Amino acid sequence: MELIVLLAIPLLGAAWATAFGERSYAPEANSAFSLATLIAAAALAMRVIGEGSFSAADEQFFIDPFNVFLVTLTAFVGFTTSLFSRPYMRIELEHGRVKPRQLRLYHSMYQLFVAAMLIALTSNNMGLIWVAMEAATLSTVLLVTLYRTPASLEAGWKYFILCGVGIAQALFGTILLYFAAEKVLGGEGMSALLWTHLNGVKGSLEPAVLSLAFVFLLVGYGTKVGLVPLHNWLPDAHAEGPTPISAVLSGLLLNVAAYAVVRCKVLVEGSLGSPLPGRMLMAFGLFSVIVAAFFLWRQRDIKRLFAYSSIEHMGIIMFAFGMGGPVANFGALLHMTVHSLTKSAIFFAVGHAAQKAGSQVMDEIRGLITLSPTVGWGLMLGALAILGLPPFGVFASEFLILTTAMREHAWATPILLLALGVAFAAIFGRVQPMVFGETTAKRLPHSPALVPVFAHLGLVLMLGVFIPPSLAEWFRLSAQLIAGL
Amino acid sequence: MSELPFDLQILNALAALFLLLAFAMLAQRRVVALVNLLAFQGALLCAATLLLAYRTGQTHLYFSALLTLALKVVFLPWLLHRLIRRLGVYWDSEQLINTTGTMLLGLLIVIFAFGLAQPIAALASTATRNAIGIAVAVVLLAFLTMITRRKAMSQVVGFLSMENGLFFGAMSATYGMPMIVELGVALDVLVAMLVLGVFFFQIREQFDSLDLHHLESLKEEQ
Repeated sequence: MELIVLLAIPLLGAAWATAFGERSYAPEANSAFSLATLIAAAALAMRVIGEGSFSAADEQFFIDPFNVFLVTLTAFVGFTTSLFSRPYMRIELEHGRVKPRQLRLYHSMYQLFVAAMLIALTSNNMGLIWVAMEAATLSTVLLVTLYRTPASLEAGWKYFILCGVGIAQALFGTILLYFAAEKVLGGEGMSALLWTHLNGVKGSLEPAVLSLAFVFLLVGYGTKVGLVPLHNWLPDAHAEGPTPISAVLSGLLLNVAAYAVVRCKVLVEGSLGSPLPGRMLMAFGLFSVIVAAFFLWRQRDIKRLFAYSSIEHMGIIMFAFGMGGPVANFGALLHMTVHSLTKSAIFFAVGHAAQKAGSQVMDEIRGLITLSPTVGWGLMLGALAILGLPPFGVFASEFLILTTAMREHAWATPILLLALGVAFAAIFGRVQPMVFGETTAKRLPHSPALVPVFAHLGLVLMLGVFIPPSLAEWFRLSAQLIAGL
Repeated sequence: MSELPFDLQILNALAALFLLLAFAMLAQRRVVALVNLLAFQGALLCAATLLLAYRTGQTHLYFSALLTLALKVVFLPWLLHRLIRRLGVYWDSEQLINTTGTMLLGLLIVIFAFGLAQPIAALASTATRNAIGIAVAVVLLAFLTMITRRKAMSQVVGFLSMENGLFFGAMSATYGMPMIVELGVALDVLVAMLVLGVFFFQIREQFDSLDLHHLESLKEEQ
C-alpha cells in the first residue's frame, strides 16, 4: 500500500506538471509533491522497521533494508532539491535563461525522474530495473539541454548516446542473466528475472554465462555510475544542465546505478564462488578514483570540478563494494549516503554562487563571503565535508573503507591516500579564493534557499558522530546481504 | 550432416539475411536507404519471431512479433523518414574510415562475435542456438556503424539496429524475454525516439546542421 502511494505520487506530480507546470505557484506544487513522496517513503521505512523485508504486487516489487534506505534518501534529496529549485529557477527565469513554457517541461520531468529512480530501486525484476534506469536517463536528457546553448546540446547528445549504448550493454547482460536463470527456474511465469528468486538459486546458475553477463552489466550500469573510462558524459551533463538537476544526477542517479551494479554482483559472486566480480569492481573503482583526482586539477568550471569529485567518490564506493565483507560494505553504504547528502548540498551552494557571480568559471567567482556569508560558508563547509575532514560523515565512511583496505589489500591503501590527497589540494585550493578575497558577487532578485544546504550538512555532521540505531541496523543487514552471508 | 526441419532452415536463412543487412547498413551512405534497411531488419526480426511462435506454440511470442511489427517496421521508420524530410538530411558522406576498411573490420568483428557466443550457444537448449552468434555480431556491427558515422541521424539508426540485434539474441537464446520486460523496453525505445525528435530540432535550430563535428567543443582544455 505504502509502495503504491510512493510510486503514484511522483507520477501524479508529473501528470499535473505536464498540464499546469508553468503556473506561478508550480515550484511550490513541485515541492509539495516531493514532500508527499518523502512522507510516503518515511511510512514505507517505518513499515520495514516494524515488519522487516516484504514483497508486493506478485513479487514484482521487493523492499529490504538495502533499498529502503536508498528510497528514503532519494525521496529526501528529491524534496530538498525541489526546495532549492524554487528560488533557483525563478532567478533563472528572471535572467532570461529559461522561458515559462520550459518550466512546465522542467517540473514534469523532475517528478518523472524521481518516479523512475524509485521504481528502479524498489523493483524486484532485473528487467524492470533496466527499464526504469533507461527511463531515468530519458527524463533528464531534455533537462540537460534546457538552456538550449550549443554546449548544453552537446552535453545532452553525449548523455543520450553514451548512456544509451551503455544501457544497451546492460540489456544484453540482462538477457544472458535470464538465459542462465531460465535453465534453473523455468521460463514459464515471471520468476526467472526476479532478484529474490535468482538470489535463492544463485549457486546453481551457470558460472560461464553469468561471468559474461556480469561484464556487460558492469559496463552498462557502470556507464551510469560514471566509472572511468565510461565517464565522458558525466562532467558535461552536470555542468551544462540547471543546477538542481546536477544535484539530483550526482546525489541520486549515480547511487541508483551503483545499486543496480551491486545487486548484479551479489548474484554473480554467488554463482561463481570466486572473488572475480569483486576484483573487477575494485579495479574500476580504483582507476576512477585516480583518474578523477588528477582531472580535478584541470577544471576551470565549478560544476565540472564537483562532477569529477562525484566520479572520484563513486570510485571509492565501487572499490569498497568490490572488497566485500561486512565492514567494507557498511562503509560503502554509509559513503553512498553521506556523499549524496554532501554533494547535493554543495551543488545548492554552487548554484547560487554561480548566479551571484554571473558565471560558472571559477576564476570569476570571488569573495562570496563578503556579500552573502551563508552561500560562502555553505560552499566552504560542503567542500571540507566532501574532502573528508573529521567531524563530518565522509570521514567516518572513508576511514572504515581505508582501514579495511589496509587489512585486506594493503597495496591499494597508498594509492587511495594519494588520490584523496591530490583531490584535497585541488578542491581546497579552488574553493578557498572563491569564498574569501575581493568580491565580484551581485545581489539576486530572489532570496536563495540555503536551508537545504545546512540541513544536509547538519545530517552529514550527525552521521559522522552518531548513526541512528535503525539506520545502523539497515546498513548492517544490507552489508551482510551484499556480502552473501 | 543431419537434415534440419524445414522451418528451422527458413529461420537460419532469416538469421543469415539479418547479418547481411547489418553489413549493408555499415556500407550504406544514404540516410533514407539506411532507414529502409532498418525497417527491413525489423521485418526480418518480426518474421523470425512469428516462425518461432508457430514452432514453439508460445503465445507471448505472437505479441512480441506484433509489437516488433508496430514499432520497428511501421512507426519508427515512419518517424525517422518524417524527421529526415523535415530536417533535410539525406546524405552522410563523411565516414571516419572508408567503406572497404569498415567492411574488413566488420569481418573481424563477426569472427570475434562467433567466438564470444560459442560458450552460450553450447549451453542453449533452444532450436535456434546457431543464431546467437549472429545476434552478437549484429550488435557489434551496429556499434561499429555508430562509431564510424558523423551524422546524428545515422548514429541513431545504428542505435536502433543494435536494439534489433539484442532482441534477436534474446529470441534465439531464450525465446524472448518476459512480456512485461519486452513492453518496458519497447516503451523506452519509443520515448527515446520522441525525445530524440525534439532534440534534433534543438540541435538544428542552434547549428543549422545535424553534423556532429559541431558537438565536439566540450573538451578538457577549453
